[in-house]
Amino acid sequence: MGETQASEYRSDIHRQQRDLMLRWYQRLEESAHGGPPAVSLMISGNCVELLEAFGAVPLYPEVNALQLAIRHQSLDPILAAEEMGYAADNCAYVKADIGAMIKGITPAGTELPVPKLVLCNFVGCNTYVKWFEHAAEFQNAPLAMLDVPFLRTAEPRAEDVAYIVCQLKEIVKQLEELTGRRFDYDRFREAMRCSARVEEAWSRIKHLARRTPTPFDAYFDAITLMGPLYVYRGSPEGVAFFELALRELEEKAARGEGIYDQERFRVVMEGPPPYPFFRTFRDMFAAWKATAVASTYSTVGGLWEFGFRHDPDHPFESLAMHMLAHNVTNRNYLQRYDQIRRYIEEWDADGVVIHFVKSCRLFSAGQGDMRGYFTQQLGVPTLYVESDLEDPRYFSEAQIKNRMDAFFEALEHARSTGTLHRGAAAIRHAPGGEIAPAAADRLKILQ
Amino acid sequence: MSSLNETMPAAAEALIERCREIVDDLSLGEVRRWKQEHPGARAIGYFPVYAPVELVHAAGMLPVGLNGAGDRLDLQYADARFGSFICSIVKTTLEMGLTGHLDPLDGMLFSGICDSARNLAFVFERNVPAKYVEFLHLPQNPASAASTEFLKGEYRRLADALERLGGRKIEEDALRASIAVYNENRRLLRDLYGLRAANPHQVRTSDIYLLQRAGNFLPVETHNELLREGLGSLADREAKPRDSVRIVIEGAFCEQPPLDLIRLVEDAGCYVLDDDFLLGLRWFTGDVPTGGDPLEALASCYLNHSVYSSVRHDFRNRRHKLLVEKTRRLGAQAVLFLIAKFCEPAYFDYVLFKRELEAAAIPHLLLEFEEKAFTFDRLRTEVETFVESLLFD
Ligand code: SF4
Ligand code: SF4
Repeated sequence: MGETQASEYRSDIHRQQRDLMLRWYQRLEESAHGGPPAVSLMISGNCVELLEAFGAVPLYPEVNALQLAIRHQSLDPILAAEEMGYAADNCAYVKADIGAMIKGITPAGTELPVPKLVLCNFVGCNTYVKWFEHAAEFQNAPLAMLDVPFLRTAEPRAEDVAYIVCQLKEIVKQLEELTGRRFDYDRFREAMRCSARVEEAWSRIKHLARRTPTPFDAYFDAITLMGPLYVYRGSPEGVAFFELALRELEEKAARGEGIYDQERFRVVMEGPPPYPFFRTFRDMFAAWKATAVASTYSTVGGLWEFGFRHDPDHPFESLAMHMLAHNVTNRNYLQRYDQIRRYIEEWDADGVVIHFVKSCRLFSAGQGDMRGYFTQQLGVPTLYVESDLEDPRYFSEAQIKNRMDAFFEALEHARSTGTLHRGAAAIRHAPGGEIAPAAADRLKILQ
Repeated sequence: MSSLNETMPAAAEALIERCREIVDDLSLGEVRRWKQEHPGARAIGYFPVYAPVELVHAAGMLPVGLNGAGDRLDLQYADARFGSFICSIVKTTLEMGLTGHLDPLDGMLFSGICDSARNLAFVFERNVPAKYVEFLHLPQNPASAASTEFLKGEYRRLADALERLGGRKIEEDALRASIAVYNENRRLLRDLYGLRAANPHQVRTSDIYLLQRAGNFLPVETHNELLREGLGSLADREAKPRDSVRIVIEGAFCEQPPLDLIRLVEDAGCYVLDDDFLLGLRWFTGDVPTGGDPLEALASCYLNHSVYSSVRHDFRNRRHKLLVEKTRRLGAQAVLFLIAKFCEPAYFDYVLFKRELEAAAIPHLLLEFEEKAFTFDRLRTEVETFVESLLFD
């Protein structure tokens, strides 16, 4: 096993990313002092384009929570929240955010505004509903509930779209009243156009990872790009940033440069990262020159690599479609299996790494079954490790490292004996054959 | 049997014993029997909390409420599929499916009550592939102009699937009749709760619990008869009132506490005036209208006339305010939170409940349980200490 290599890619993208996120915090501080109105939103399948039409700034508690964790500031607020009555087993994102709110801690040290509206886009995660209910309560801010039906059929239904569109229009009215600003339909469509361009660039970046070697890590590096993706997707700054990122990475790919001098393993990552130990976790992969070629976590905000784009000609409907069907959180659990399987096949991976996160049942409830599906049914090497995305008390470095080393050692051994397969060939099916996809069964029964 | 120093009339005793047998039978003996008596008919299970059972009934099928397996099933498979930090009912439900206990069921209904239950629906679908599995989206925004239309559409979707599964149409009149018979069921349950609240020294919570829960496995018509019987006989118990604390139980709407824990709470000196056990059975605050469009009636009642619950969001009527209001209305002195381990909706709601209760100077105690627990020494001490602190304050 080689010594740890610096795996992080540093360039213009990183400088700009930092600037953009800093500017976001400045805008939020301006908002706190009578500047543009702020509206809280959840990341999953968010509708930031709607806010652009009001010139409003999105306030993402999840981004704040992860910033606290990555800066090693999450434990204090978590403890403060537990003192208020939150349970040890509640999602620690919520605890960090509410605890920080109560204690007046902010990730960048800048002031955060009280949002004009706490807009709960309930896209998949039930915890969102509780989180925003509490955030509204503790900030004494109005709350709006945007109920997005879970994707329980193969395709969204017309009724689902109609329900969301009606609610979006009700929220527009509510925002007009609360902000005293008029909804600018042209600006809304312009935001949709920006989003479509950002999504195109982001999707092409993700497709670059299909090459060997991949020019960027679709988990660790993707996370760097995700901040701007949520905050700036519907704006010209977002377009400029993502088009620059695409150019840089295309050039890197054209030069045949990977992340390491030699890429050894390609994995698909499932689950959020352990933000309090982000660096440590990344180094464990770097030690094996293993790169993530795809990740489900990077599709929480939206799933664009399979083709979906916002449509300026049908802005409300395409917002609804995005929230319903084109982000990982609102897609059902078996659709996530399919998504990972597609990554293995089309992104040419050797295996899957499942990071079980204690806080997040949306991701983790059922990951044992998922692992069974990949190892036993599809015969794909799969590693399963446990920690948390926010709470530093749940990270056992030695244990995770041991498992990681054992996993990659096994892959290496398989490679040396010619039994490690990549991409479509990695899927070999267990001798028992595959259980038919559940949806097909359901249809059979109904016929 | 207990410190209540009571004698129970023989009729009531036999009734409760019968319910207990039904509830304890993990293999759903009553459902198997019903299917034998109704060849070709289907039975549809549903995971808590609420399901539109009227639609299943009107399709000529038997709706079967599932509430986990208590301590009666060893987990061989489900633990590995769900791992740590997940509540027990999610695992026991899957385990029951994997071990043949749910074989008499032709289908299963789930809804998005929490993140774990939502994923369970799909893991269940994959692991128990021979069943029809449906996931219903019950609106979390009751106040939009489109909410009723959406929910009607969702019920229509379910009705269509049930029609295909059963090979027969759900007629509007049949659905109205089903609504009427479930209205009666809920009315009887409300009466039962009223009876206990008025006579907590005579009507034991553990008894009305069993009487209710047996309804999960019986045709509603049969359950209605049992309830009438219970209403007639349960209050005949001879028991003297004693020093007790009048409480409301909150937090056990999905995974159910072990029966022994419910008994323990009573034996330790609590008169339970209200609880949220098996909440889905008493979901509506009044009758669902039996005239007009029945799907519309069901949808509109779900949105506007449901009990408050940690898994249904209604920002027009805040749960923490409603708990305080209910506690005061019933004249209860305290609230006992019984929360299933790892039940995230209950954990979250506790924070706002606690804040509101403290502001209203209503004492409370929080206990966590697991359905599979069978020793309760620590919990007993906690309840006893709590009761003493209230009695001798
Ligand atoms: S449960 Fe998961 S998706 Fe939901 S708020 Fe917590 S971390 Fe985010
Ligand atoms: S007990 Fe709580 S966490 Fe478990 S399935 Fe029910 S609502 Fe969800």
